[in-house]
Amino acid sequence: MKTLPEKSRSAAEVLDTYFLETRAKLIEIAANLDRVDRSPELIQVRGDMRLTFIDRALEILRGPGPSRAEQIQRLYSKE
Amino acid sequence: MFIIDPHCHMVSRTTADYETMALAGVVAISEPAFWAGFDRSPAGFVDYYRQLTEFEPKRAAQFGIDHYCWICLNPKEAEDLGKAKEVLAEIPKFLDKPTVLGVGEIGLNKNTPNEAKVFQQHVQMAIDTWEKSKAAGATGGHHLILIHTPHLEDKLKGTKWTLEMLKDFGSKIDHSRVLIDHVEEHTIKIVKDAGYWAGMTLYPVSKCTPQRAVDMIEMHGAERLMVNAAADWGVSDPLNTHRTMLEAKKRGHALETLMTVFYNNPARFFGQCPKFKPRPMRVEEVRE
Ligand SMILES: [Zn+2]
Repeated sequence: MKTLPEKSRSAAEVLDTYFLETRAKLIEIAANLDRVDRSPELIQVRGDMRLTFIDRALEILRGPGPSRAEQIQRLYSKE
Repeated sequence: MFIIDPHCHMVSRTTADYETMALAGVVAISEPAFWAGFDRSPAGFVDYYRQLTEFEPKRAAQFGIDHYCWICLNPKEAEDLGKAKEVLAEIPKFLDKPTVLGVGEIGLNKNTPNEAKVFQQHVQMAIDTWEKSKAAGATGGHHLILIHTPHLEDKLKGTKWTLEMLKDFGSKIDHSRVLIDHVEEHTIKIVKDAGYWAGMTLYPVSKCTPQRAVDMIEMHGAERLMVNAAADWGVSDPLNTHRTMLEAKKRGHALETLMTVFYNNPARFFGQCPKFKPRPMRVEEVRE
Protein backbone atom coordinates (compact mmCIF):
# COMPACT_ATOMS: atom_id res chain seq x y z
CA MET A 1 0.00 0.00 0.00
CA LYS A 2 1.38 3.39 -1.00
CA THR A 3 1.68 6.11 1.57
CA LEU A 4 2.16 9.46 -0.02
CA PRO A 5 3.44 11.87 2.59
CA GLU A 6 7.17 12.30 2.13
CA LYS A 7 7.56 12.44 5.88
CA SER A 8 4.79 10.25 7.25
CA ARG A 9 3.41 11.56 10.50
CA SER A 10 3.57 9.31 13.54
CA ALA A 11 0.42 7.68 14.87
CA ALA A 12 0.62 9.97 17.91
CA GLU A 13 0.66 13.05 15.71
CA VAL A 14 -2.29 11.80 13.68
CA LEU A 15 -4.21 11.03 16.87
CA ASP A 16 -3.44 14.52 18.19
CA THR A 17 -4.84 16.03 15.03
CA TYR A 18 -8.06 14.01 14.82
CA PHE A 19 -8.92 13.12 18.43
CA LEU A 20 -11.24 16.05 19.16
CA GLU A 21 -13.00 15.64 15.83
CA THR A 22 -13.49 11.93 16.51
CA ARG A 23 -14.78 12.61 20.01
CA ALA A 24 -17.26 15.16 18.64
CA LYS A 25 -18.52 12.68 16.06
CA LEU A 26 -18.97 9.93 18.64
CA ILE A 27 -21.00 12.26 20.84
CA GLU A 28 -23.04 13.24 17.79
CA ILE A 29 -23.80 9.55 17.12
CA ALA A 30 -24.78 9.04 20.78
CA ALA A 31 -27.05 12.11 20.69
CA ASN A 32 -28.67 11.00 17.44
CA LEU A 33 -29.46 7.60 18.93
CA ASP A 34 -30.73 9.23 22.15
CA ARG A 35 -33.03 11.41 20.08
CA VAL A 36 -34.56 8.31 18.53
CA ASP A 37 -34.94 6.77 22.00
CA ARG A 38 -36.60 9.88 23.39
CA SER A 39 -39.18 9.98 20.63
CA PRO A 40 -42.70 8.56 20.92
CA GLU A 41 -43.62 5.21 19.38
CA LEU A 42 -40.11 3.85 19.72
CA ILE A 43 -41.56 0.39 19.22
CA GLN A 44 -42.10 1.19 15.54
CA VAL A 45 -38.37 1.23 14.81
CA ARG A 46 -37.55 -1.95 16.74
CA GLY A 47 -35.87 -4.27 14.26
CA ASP A 48 -35.43 -1.46 11.72
CA MET A 49 -32.65 -2.42 9.31
CA ARG A 50 -31.03 0.97 9.74
CA LEU A 51 -30.56 0.40 13.46
CA THR A 52 -29.11 -3.02 12.74
CA PHE A 53 -26.77 -1.34 10.30
CA ILE A 54 -25.64 1.13 12.98
CA ASP A 55 -25.03 -1.75 15.44
CA ARG A 56 -22.93 -3.63 12.93
CA ALA A 57 -21.02 -0.50 11.96
CA LEU A 58 -20.15 0.03 15.62
CA GLU A 59 -18.80 -3.52 15.73
CA ILE A 60 -16.58 -2.69 12.76
CA LEU A 61 -15.30 0.35 14.67
CA ARG A 62 -14.30 -1.90 17.56
CA GLY A 63 -12.43 -4.19 15.18
CA PRO A 64 -8.97 -3.76 13.69
CA GLY A 65 -8.01 -1.25 10.96
CA PRO A 66 -6.98 0.08 8.59
CA SER A 67 -9.99 -0.54 6.34
CA ARG A 68 -12.87 0.23 8.70
CA ALA A 69 -14.26 2.95 6.42
CA GLU A 70 -14.32 0.56 3.47
CA GLN A 71 -15.92 -2.18 5.60
CA ILE A 72 -18.73 0.16 6.68
CA GLN A 73 -19.26 1.24 3.05
CA ARG A 74 -19.58 -2.42 2.05
CA LEU A 75 -21.89 -3.16 4.96
CA TYR A 76 -24.21 -0.45 3.69
CA SER A 77 -24.11 -1.62 0.06
CA LYS A 78 -26.96 -3.49 -1.61
CA GLU A 79 -25.87 -6.67 -3.33
CA MET B 1 -1.77 27.42 -6.82
CA PHE B 2 -4.00 26.87 -9.86
CA ILE B 3 -6.92 24.45 -9.71
CA ILE B 4 -9.06 22.74 -12.33
CA ASP B 5 -12.45 21.65 -10.99
CA PRO B 6 -13.33 18.53 -12.97
CA HIS B 7 -17.03 18.37 -12.04
CA CYS B 8 -19.15 21.39 -11.21
CA HIS B 9 -22.75 22.18 -12.22
CA MET B 10 -22.32 25.89 -12.74
CA VAL B 11 -25.73 26.43 -14.35
CA SER B 12 -27.13 26.22 -10.82
CA ARG B 13 -24.53 28.52 -9.25
CA THR B 14 -24.43 32.30 -9.09
CA THR B 15 -22.01 34.55 -10.94
CA ALA B 16 -20.60 35.41 -7.50
CA ASP B 17 -19.57 31.74 -7.22
CA TYR B 18 -17.55 32.10 -10.41
CA GLU B 19 -15.80 35.09 -8.87
CA THR B 20 -15.13 33.22 -5.61
CA MET B 21 -13.72 30.27 -7.53
CA ALA B 22 -11.51 32.53 -9.64
CA LEU B 23 -10.22 34.24 -6.50
CA ALA B 24 -9.45 30.79 -5.09
CA GLY B 25 -7.30 29.88 -8.10
CA VAL B 26 -9.75 28.00 -10.32
CA VAL B 27 -8.68 28.45 -13.94
CA ALA B 28 -10.88 25.85 -15.62
CA ILE B 29 -14.14 24.06 -14.90
CA SER B 30 -15.64 20.99 -16.51
CA GLU B 31 -19.41 20.82 -16.27
CA PRO B 32 -21.20 17.55 -16.99
CA ALA B 33 -24.82 17.59 -18.10
CA PHE B 34 -27.09 16.55 -15.21
CA TRP B 35 -30.56 16.50 -13.71
CA ALA B 36 -32.20 19.87 -13.12
CA GLY B 37 -34.19 18.71 -10.09
CA PHE B 38 -37.24 18.06 -12.26
CA ASP B 39 -37.72 16.05 -15.46
CA ARG B 40 -37.45 18.12 -18.64
CA SER B 41 -39.05 17.76 -22.04
CA PRO B 42 -36.77 16.93 -25.00
CA ALA B 43 -36.96 20.60 -26.06
CA GLY B 44 -35.83 21.57 -22.54
CA PHE B 45 -32.68 19.49 -23.06
CA VAL B 46 -31.78 21.35 -26.24
CA ASP B 47 -32.09 24.65 -24.38
CA TYR B 48 -29.97 23.23 -21.57
CA TYR B 49 -27.24 22.11 -24.01
CA ARG B 50 -27.24 25.63 -25.48
CA GLN B 51 -26.89 27.09 -22.01
CA LEU B 52 -23.92 24.77 -21.38
CA THR B 53 -22.20 25.44 -24.69
CA GLU B 54 -23.04 29.11 -25.30
CA PHE B 55 -23.91 30.96 -22.11
CA GLU B 56 -21.76 29.37 -19.39
CA PRO B 57 -18.42 29.76 -21.24
CA LYS B 58 -19.14 33.50 -21.49
CA ARG B 59 -20.14 33.82 -17.84
CA ALA B 60 -16.97 31.98 -16.76
CA ALA B 61 -14.74 33.99 -19.09
CA GLN B 62 -15.57 37.19 -17.19
CA PHE B 63 -13.43 35.78 -14.41
CA GLY B 64 -10.69 34.30 -16.55
CA ILE B 65 -12.08 30.78 -16.11
CA ASP B 66 -12.18 28.39 -19.07
CA HIS B 67 -15.53 26.61 -19.06
CA TYR B 68 -15.89 23.19 -20.69
CA CYS B 69 -18.85 20.86 -20.66
CA TRP B 70 -20.14 17.36 -21.36
CA ILE B 71 -23.37 16.47 -23.10
CA CYS B 72 -25.78 13.62 -22.33
CA LEU B 73 -29.15 12.64 -20.94
CA ASN B 74 -28.50 12.06 -17.24
CA PRO B 75 -29.37 8.69 -15.65
CA LYS B 76 -32.16 10.19 -13.52
CA GLU B 77 -34.15 10.97 -16.66
CA ALA B 78 -33.24 7.79 -18.52
CA GLU B 79 -36.22 5.77 -17.32
CA ASP B 80 -38.48 6.91 -20.19
CA LEU B 81 -36.93 5.18 -23.21
CA GLY B 82 -39.07 7.12 -25.69
CA LYS B 83 -37.87 10.44 -24.35
CA ALA B 84 -34.29 9.12 -24.17
CA LYS B 85 -34.40 8.28 -27.87
CA GLU B 86 -35.56 11.79 -28.76
CA VAL B 87 -32.94 13.47 -26.58
CA LEU B 88 -30.11 11.21 -27.75
CA ALA B 89 -30.87 12.18 -31.34
CA GLU B 90 -30.08 15.81 -30.43
CA ILE B 91 -26.72 15.13 -28.78
CA PRO B 92 -24.37 14.52 -31.76
CA LYS B 93 -24.75 18.04 -33.07
CA PHE B 94 -23.48 19.41 -29.75
CA LEU B 95 -20.45 17.10 -29.53
CA ASP B 96 -18.46 19.14 -32.02
CA LYS B 97 -19.09 22.47 -30.26
CA PRO B 98 -15.82 24.19 -29.30
CA THR B 99 -16.07 23.63 -25.52
CA VAL B 100 -17.64 20.16 -25.40
CA LEU B 101 -15.17 17.58 -24.07
CA GLY B 102 -17.28 14.47 -24.54
CA VAL B 103 -20.27 12.43 -23.38
CA GLY B 104 -21.26 12.69 -19.70
CA GLU B 105 -22.21 12.33 -16.96
CA ILE B 106 -23.84 9.09 -18.00
CA GLY B 107 -24.29 5.91 -15.97
CA LEU B 108 -26.59 4.36 -13.45
CA ASN B 109 -28.51 5.97 -10.64
CA LYS B 110 -30.92 3.40 -9.20
CA ASN B 111 -29.44 0.47 -11.15
CA THR B 112 -32.50 -0.13 -13.34
CA PRO B 113 -32.50 -2.00 -16.67
CA ASN B 114 -33.60 1.14 -18.55
CA GLU B 115 -30.77 3.19 -17.05
CA ALA B 116 -28.37 0.46 -18.20
CA LYS B 117 -29.81 0.51 -21.72
CA VAL B 118 -29.47 4.28 -22.03
CA PHE B 119 -25.95 4.13 -20.60
CA GLN B 120 -24.93 1.62 -23.27
CA GLN B 121 -26.54 3.76 -25.97
CA HIS B 122 -24.47 6.75 -24.83
CA VAL B 123 -21.24 4.75 -24.88
CA GLN B 124 -22.09 3.48 -28.35
CA MET B 125 -22.76 7.07 -29.42
CA ALA B 126 -19.37 8.18 -28.07
CA ILE B 127 -17.82 5.55 -30.35
CA ASP B 128 -20.05 6.01 -33.40
CA THR B 129 -19.93 9.81 -33.58
CA TRP B 130 -16.19 10.04 -33.00
CA GLU B 131 -14.92 10.06 -36.57
CA LYS B 132 -17.46 12.65 -37.62
CA SER B 133 -17.27 15.08 -34.73
CA LYS B 134 -13.77 14.70 -33.25
CA ALA B 135 -11.75 17.89 -32.86
CA ALA B 136 -8.89 18.66 -35.24
CA GLY B 137 -5.77 16.82 -34.16
CA ALA B 138 -7.63 14.48 -31.84
CA THR B 139 -6.41 10.92 -31.40
CA GLY B 140 -8.25 7.93 -29.93
CA GLY B 141 -11.22 5.86 -30.91
CA HIS B 142 -14.13 7.50 -29.11
CA HIS B 143 -15.17 10.72 -27.39
CA LEU B 144 -14.04 11.14 -23.81
CA ILE B 145 -16.61 9.64 -21.44
CA LEU B 146 -17.53 10.86 -17.94
CA ILE B 147 -19.47 8.39 -15.81
CA HIS B 148 -21.64 9.03 -12.75
CA THR B 149 -21.90 6.23 -10.18
CA PRO B 150 -24.94 5.77 -7.92
CA HIS B 151 -25.17 7.06 -4.38
CA LEU B 152 -25.19 5.37 -0.98
CA GLU B 153 -26.30 1.73 -0.87
CA ASP B 154 -26.54 1.50 -4.68
CA LYS B 155 -22.98 2.62 -5.36
CA LEU B 156 -21.07 -0.66 -5.12
CA LYS B 157 -23.49 -2.68 -7.22
CA GLY B 158 -23.86 0.16 -9.75
CA THR B 159 -20.11 0.65 -10.08
CA LYS B 160 -19.54 -3.07 -10.64
CA TRP B 161 -22.33 -3.20 -13.22
CA THR B 162 -20.94 -0.13 -15.00
CA LEU B 163 -17.51 -1.78 -15.22
CA GLU B 164 -19.08 -4.97 -16.61
CA MET B 165 -21.00 -3.05 -19.27
CA LEU B 166 -17.85 -1.18 -20.31
CA LYS B 167 -16.02 -4.50 -20.52
CA ASP B 168 -18.63 -5.73 -22.99
CA PHE B 169 -17.49 -3.02 -25.41
CA GLY B 170 -14.08 -4.75 -25.45
CA SER B 171 -11.26 -3.03 -27.30
CA LYS B 172 -13.64 -0.36 -28.58
CA ILE B 173 -13.22 1.36 -25.20
CA ASP B 174 -9.93 2.98 -24.30
CA HIS B 175 -9.80 2.95 -20.49
CA SER B 176 -7.56 6.01 -20.38
CA ARG B 177 -10.35 8.02 -22.04
CA VAL B 178 -12.98 7.24 -19.39
CA LEU B 179 -13.44 9.01 -16.04
CA ILE B 180 -15.57 7.24 -13.43
CA ASP B 181 -16.81 9.68 -10.84
CA HIS B 182 -17.99 9.68 -7.22
CA VAL B 183 -15.71 6.80 -6.17
CA GLU B 184 -15.49 6.10 -2.45
CA GLU B 185 -13.59 3.71 -0.18
CA HIS B 186 -15.36 0.61 -1.51
CA THR B 187 -15.20 1.45 -5.23
CA ILE B 188 -11.95 3.32 -5.84
CA LYS B 189 -9.81 0.20 -6.11
CA ILE B 190 -11.91 -1.64 -8.70
CA VAL B 191 -12.08 1.50 -10.84
CA LYS B 192 -8.36 2.25 -10.70
CA ASP B 193 -7.35 -1.40 -11.07
CA ALA B 194 -9.37 -1.56 -14.29
CA GLY B 195 -7.26 1.31 -15.65
CA TYR B 196 -9.89 4.05 -15.63
CA TRP B 197 -9.54 7.56 -14.23
CA ALA B 198 -11.36 8.08 -10.95
CA GLY B 199 -13.03 11.15 -9.45
CA MET B 200 -13.79 11.74 -5.78
CA THR B 201 -16.71 14.03 -5.04
CA LEU B 202 -16.85 16.18 -1.94
CA TYR B 203 -20.50 16.56 -1.17
CA PRO B 204 -22.22 16.93 2.17
CA VAL B 205 -23.85 13.82 3.69
CA SER B 206 -24.10 11.51 0.66
CA LYS B 207 -20.51 11.45 -0.55
CA CYS B 208 -16.96 12.09 0.64
CA THR B 209 -15.27 14.50 3.09
CA PRO B 210 -11.92 16.26 2.59
CA GLN B 211 -10.31 14.04 5.23
CA ARG B 212 -11.52 10.80 3.64
CA ALA B 213 -10.56 11.99 0.17
CA VAL B 214 -6.99 12.62 1.31
CA ASP B 215 -6.97 9.20 3.02
CA MET B 216 -7.85 7.67 -0.35
CA ILE B 217 -5.11 9.63 -2.12
CA GLU B 218 -2.67 8.27 0.46
CA MET B 219 -3.91 4.68 0.23
CA HIS B 220 -4.46 4.41 -3.52
CA GLY B 221 -1.96 6.90 -4.95
CA ALA B 222 -2.47 10.18 -6.79
CA GLU B 223 -2.18 8.65 -10.23
CA ARG B 224 -5.35 8.91 -12.39
CA LEU B 225 -7.23 10.46 -9.46
CA MET B 226 -9.10 13.78 -9.31
CA VAL B 227 -11.14 15.67 -6.75
CA ASN B 228 -14.27 17.70 -7.43
CA ALA B 229 -16.96 19.54 -5.50
CA ALA B 230 -19.82 18.60 -7.87
CA ALA B 231 -21.43 21.82 -6.68
CA ASP B 232 -25.01 22.00 -7.97
CA TRP B 233 -28.44 23.18 -6.86
CA GLY B 234 -28.29 21.03 -3.70
CA VAL B 235 -26.53 21.95 -0.47
CA SER B 236 -22.98 21.95 -1.81
CA ASP B 237 -19.91 24.14 -1.94
CA PRO B 238 -17.59 24.80 -4.90
CA LEU B 239 -14.71 25.35 -2.48
CA ASN B 240 -14.82 21.80 -1.12
CA THR B 241 -12.17 20.94 -3.71
CA HIS B 242 -9.98 23.57 -2.04
CA ARG B 243 -10.77 22.23 1.43
CA THR B 244 -9.44 18.87 0.29
CA MET B 245 -6.29 20.50 -0.99
CA LEU B 246 -5.91 22.30 2.33
CA GLU B 247 -6.31 19.02 4.24
CA ALA B 248 -3.59 17.44 2.08
CA LYS B 249 -1.37 20.45 2.67
CA LYS B 250 -1.93 20.30 6.44
CA ARG B 251 -0.83 16.67 6.39
CA GLY B 252 2.43 17.66 4.77
CA HIS B 253 1.88 16.46 1.23
CA ALA B 254 4.35 17.84 -1.27
CA LEU B 255 3.42 20.59 -3.69
CA GLU B 256 3.98 18.11 -6.55
CA THR B 257 1.25 15.85 -5.13
CA LEU B 258 -1.17 18.76 -4.84
CA MET B 259 -0.36 19.84 -8.38
CA THR B 260 -0.89 16.29 -9.64
CA VAL B 261 -4.30 15.81 -8.08
CA PHE B 262 -5.81 19.28 -8.38
CA TYR B 263 -4.36 20.50 -11.65
CA ASN B 264 -2.23 18.13 -13.70
CA ASN B 265 -4.46 15.06 -13.57
CA PRO B 266 -7.51 16.96 -14.86
CA ALA B 267 -5.27 18.69 -17.42
CA ARG B 268 -3.97 15.29 -18.60
CA PHE B 269 -7.35 13.59 -18.78
CA PHE B 270 -9.28 16.45 -20.37
CA GLY B 271 -6.24 17.38 -22.49
CA GLN B 272 -6.80 14.20 -24.48
CA CYS B 273 -9.43 16.37 -26.16
CA PRO B 274 -7.52 19.08 -28.05
CA LYS B 275 -10.26 21.61 -27.24
CA PHE B 276 -9.08 21.67 -23.61
CA LYS B 277 -6.44 24.41 -23.31
CA PRO B 278 -4.69 24.18 -19.88
CA ARG B 279 -1.56 22.03 -20.10
CA PRO B 280 0.11 20.13 -17.26
CA MET B 281 2.65 22.19 -15.32
CA ARG B 282 5.88 21.28 -13.59
CA VAL B 283 6.93 22.43 -10.12
CA GLU B 284 10.47 23.66 -10.21
CA GLU B 285 12.48 24.99 -7.32
CA VAL B 286 14.83 27.74 -8.41
CA ARG B 287 17.96 28.15 -6.29
CA GLU B 288 19.44 31.61 -6.66
ZN1 LIG C 1 -22.69 15.71 -11.31
